[in-house]
Amino acid sequence: MSDIKKFMYLNRRAPYGTIYAWESLEVVLIGAAFDQEVSLMFTDDGVYQLIKGSDTSESDMKNFMPTYRTLGDYGCRHMYVDKASLEARGLTQDDLIEVAWEDFETEEEVDNIVEVVDAEQVATLLAESEVVFSF
Amino acid sequence: MPIEVNGKSLETDEEGYLANINEWEPGVAEVMAKEDELDLTDEHWDIINFLREYYEEYQIAPAVRVLTKAVGKKLGKDKGNSKYLYGLFPYGPGKQACRYAGLPKPTGCV
Repeated sequence: MSDIKKFMYLNRRAPYGTIYAWESLEVVLIGAAFDQEVSLMFTDDGVYQLIKGSDTSESDMKNFMPTYRTLGDYGCRHMYVDKASLEARGLTQDDLIEVAWEDFETEEEVDNIVEVVDAEQVATLLAESEVVFSF
Repeated sequence: MPIEVNGKSLETDEEGYLANINEWEPGVAEVMAKEDELDLTDEHWDIINFLREYYEEYQIAPAVRVLTKAVGKKLGKDKGNSKYLYGLFPYGPGKQACRYAGLPKPTGCV
């Protein structure tokens, strides 16, 4: 496919309680087959989607947090997290999972594509995206 | 339709995927392969075991493209290509190998 667009998946809701986070993740996984430039943005309660060490064993729901760590393999290059949303919840980057990215052909590697950004960067990144999916 | 494995009846969905991943045992792959008239070799088991480890770690069955890359990384470049994987699993490495491994159908697979 020659027409590569910048896709942004905006995640604003807590991981459990509603289906939005899981649906968003599935769309990202499926969309990866189309070779677009894919980024994810986590704001508001969406930042809880990336908390490490989550345990859903008593909630009778599948824990899909480990799946986020495979997004690098699915061609996702950036996972942005809104700084103000993190701070408002008493969280820092240390509370978040790390996601590695690697190009198997060029062997180019990035240890962690999860990046905390400020409000101005959030606005710029969203404005620069050609397609925004909001969940 | 349920399948019979070592005297136990295991539930599957309409496409033949195991309903409960926790009921998997190597015999599941053997029974499914027999139905497909396929002899499982060590090379097949490498892929099946790899898929089970992948699921254990990431909680999803990988898309075939991701599987191909990851196999190449783990088992060597000569195995990380679709020709090799389709040679082993003619119905598609994603679908067929995941079914034998007791995983759900890969996300995004139609």
